[in-house]
Amino acid sequence: MLHLVIFIPFLFALIIPLLRTKLSNIHLGWFVLAVPVLLFTYFISFLEKMIQGEKIHSTLNWIPSLDINFVFVIDGLSMLFSLLITGIGSLVVLYSIFYLNKKENLGHFYFYLLLFMGAMLGVVLSDNIFVLYMFWEFTSISSFLLIGFWFHREKSRYGALKSMLITVFGGLALFASFLLMSITTGSTSIREIILNSEAIINSNYFVLILILFLLGAFTKSAQFPFHTWLPDAMEAPTPVSAYLHSATMVKAGIYLVARFFLVFQGEQLFAIIVSVFGIVTLAWGSFMAVRQTDLKGILAFSTISQLGMIMAMLGFGAGYENKVAIVAAVFHIFNHATFKGSLFMVAGIIDHETGTRDIRRLGGLYTFMPITATLAFFGTFSMAGFPLPVFNGFLSKEMFFKAAILDNVLDISILIPILAVIGSIFTFVYSMILFFKPFTGKENMLDRQPHEAPIGLLVSPAILVSFIIIIGLLPNIISEPILAPAVSAINGEIPLINIHFWHGFTNIPIWMSFTVVVIGTLLFRYRDKWTPFYNVFPGRWSAANVYDYLVNNTFTFAKSVTSFFMTGSIRNYLSIILGFLIGTLAVTIYITDGFAVSYDDLAPITWPVAFTGITMVFASIATIFMKNRIAAILVLGVVGYGLSILFVFFKAPDLALTQLIIETVTVALFLLCFYHLPDLTKTKESLSRKTLNIVISLSAGFIVTIIAIASHSFKKFDAISEYFIETSVSLGGGHNIVNVILVDMRGLDTLFEITVLGIAALAIISMIKLRKKEEVDS
Amino acid sequence: MEIFMSIVSGCLVAAGVYLLLQRQILKIIIGTAILSHAAHLLILTMGKLDRGAPPIIKDGITKYADPLPQALILTSIVISFGVTSYLLVLAYRTYNENRTDNMEQLRGTDNE
Repeated sequence: MLHLVIFIPFLFALIIPLLRTKLSNIHLGWFVLAVPVLLFTYFISFLEKMIQGEKIHSTLNWIPSLDINFVFVIDGLSMLFSLLITGIGSLVVLYSIFYLNKKENLGHFYFYLLLFMGAMLGVVLSDNIFVLYMFWEFTSISSFLLIGFWFHREKSRYGALKSMLITVFGGLALFASFLLMSITTGSTSIREIILNSEAIINSNYFVLILILFLLGAFTKSAQFPFHTWLPDAMEAPTPVSAYLHSATMVKAGIYLVARFFLVFQGEQLFAIIVSVFGIVTLAWGSFMAVRQTDLKGILAFSTISQLGMIMAMLGFGAGYENKVAIVAAVFHIFNHATFKGSLFMVAGIIDHETGTRDIRRLGGLYTFMPITATLAFFGTFSMAGFPLPVFNGFLSKEMFFKAAILDNVLDISILIPILAVIGSIFTFVYSMILFFKPFTGKENMLDRQPHEAPIGLLVSPAILVSFIIIIGLLPNIISEPILAPAVSAINGEIPLINIHFWHGFTNIPIWMSFTVVVIGTLLFRYRDKWTPFYNVFPGRWSAANVYDYLVNNTFTFAKSVTSFFMTGSIRNYLSIILGFLIGTLAVTIYITDGFAVSYDDLAPITWPVAFTGITMVFASIATIFMKNRIAAILVLGVVGYGLSILFVFFKAPDLALTQLIIETVTVALFLLCFYHLPDLTKTKESLSRKTLNIVISLSAGFIVTIIAIASHSFKKFDAISEYFIETSVSLGGGHNIVNVILVDMRGLDTLFEITVLGIAALAIISMIKLRKKEEVDS
Repeated sequence: MEIFMSIVSGCLVAAGVYLLLQRQILKIIIGTAILSHAAHLLILTMGKLDRGAPPIIKDGITKYADPLPQALILTSIVISFGVTSYLLVLAYRTYNENRTDNMEQLRGTDNE
């Protein structure tokens, strides 16, 4: 049953084209809506079992021989994410029905969205790491498709490519980490890996496994410095931003860290990296969010900063026996999904009704859109952590402050709560900007008269906002069914969660919250005074610029490398080939100590033979210096005729005969072409080129010589020629052994040698005869 | 004798390679011809030189020169002749078409 649940989105995606053509007058989203609603109710039905601490397993074989199977497990953590995915998925689909025009390519949109939903469910429910990885990449691909949904826009394509490159880079790192994990523990199941976590921690690859693993988690969850893809992903339609880039996909990295928490728990390195990167992301993301002028840009950086906060809490929980941190992380995962989802939807409504998302052009919308403004009020103040019991964001922020105060660790850890407060102050500032800029102040400078959004667009954010309020007022209603099972799935302990609103004045966190509100209000009030400070920083060192620099320079670098050796000059290629050949041979001879000279079993040197050999050498060298082409051809003939004389001396009559004839024909051919061939003009060579040529040719000759001498000195076996000599007459019926070999013993060689000649002849004919018509005319 | 012949073919290889690295098409073809001579000589040398009678069966002779390398060289000579003649005609056509025999100028276009 569980398998069916995960594959339902994929199966439904397949019938979308059918629905689109058959029922084109109804908005496609209404059919799609059934899928997440159905899944949501299905997951809700497990809540009872979660409270009792049960887990639901389900296995379907895929590649049993490699131990890769669809093993799905629902525990508290998977449950939390499944509910978010299907719940917010339902709301987003509902919202998109009113947001997207029927003229848009809805078939594509819902196909990608369902693909994403199924993949995301697969990520959070898989127990097999390779199946998890498969779904992980599925989310990258479907997110790429969704960001590039309006593919005719340049910026959409840029954003899609950027998110693809960064998340797939992290995905591959994650894959490497998974491979190492499965090698060290001998298992592909997360549950078994957790049981064998000693093997990972004690292995030599521990640091590598950890870093690759965190690379995967950090790129997906947009942690510093990999956050740069998320602001550019805002080119996606707003329902996509609300779904993928606030509530679900960007939390996949968080999920991963939480899921493998038990493996790395207690490792200082893990705790330090995760908390430091998280807290830096929190501070940097909120700092940059204030600078943005686009509603969705602010929300993107705010998402980055909130993800950093959750990540930091997981880090705090890992190394420092900090129980509250994990509870706070889980609580904030839930809260962030509610308020950020609603805020994205509100931003979409403003865009939809006014035609712009630029906060410099928006203002005074409260009078026109009171409901939207109310929804935005709850979302932004909850995000800011405003201390009122109706905002769930305040509760989790308070817990975050409590978790950030790390006792009895390094002195430098005092920086952590300071950074947390700074990040929260900026969070407060941008939240206020997000609410007050568009909804209050001057009347708008818009082209059209804005009016309240249709009811359909308001339903989804209203539901999310009601969650903000309900959880803000009664936080403990979700603590038993949702938070406690999730926390126990992360760190293996069942916590007693009782979330209070008020801790009294003796508590440090409450003072941190007050500090945030006071300084944040002041900074917001006088923002015109200090925001020019942002211009002090040049944009050159931003992560986006580093990304652009890397991507562009990869192309330039690849081009320059290629053009360095792909010059189009045959001489250069030959030099590289020969140089490599000589180099490898020389190194091999040197390493294997392969050179040896044996003076046994040598034929005596006779004067006529020596004279012929020396003549050939001189003639071959002479061809180099010939200025006259006919002389060069004739000197080449000397080498050939010398060779045939050597064949005579060495008792090879057939060879001598053939060589003589061939040499004559070749020389004749050279002379025949002679009239048409170019003159041997003197070409100027640079001295370095000449030296290089001499070095290459001399070392080639030298290498050939020593290999020949060495191999001659290492005869291991007798020749097989005795057989040919014995059987030449009896089997072949001929006295000339060479000829018998050629046509009888090894006749196949001869057949194809004839073919070669035939092909050469045909090629020559066609080269001379066949030309394009106009060439013949001219 | 075998060592001497190894050195001779090494020298031929050096001369052939030097010619291959030249710019003029004709020199490159001459280089390939010299290289094939060097290879043939090397094959023969490796099969031991100057042992016994020519490999033609006659009564009363028991020791013959190794016939197998000879058969191999014979095949090779014919093939290298085919290739050389083809290259020669190719050079002629190249020169006709492009009016240059300088390999540095015969680089093709960027799209090739």
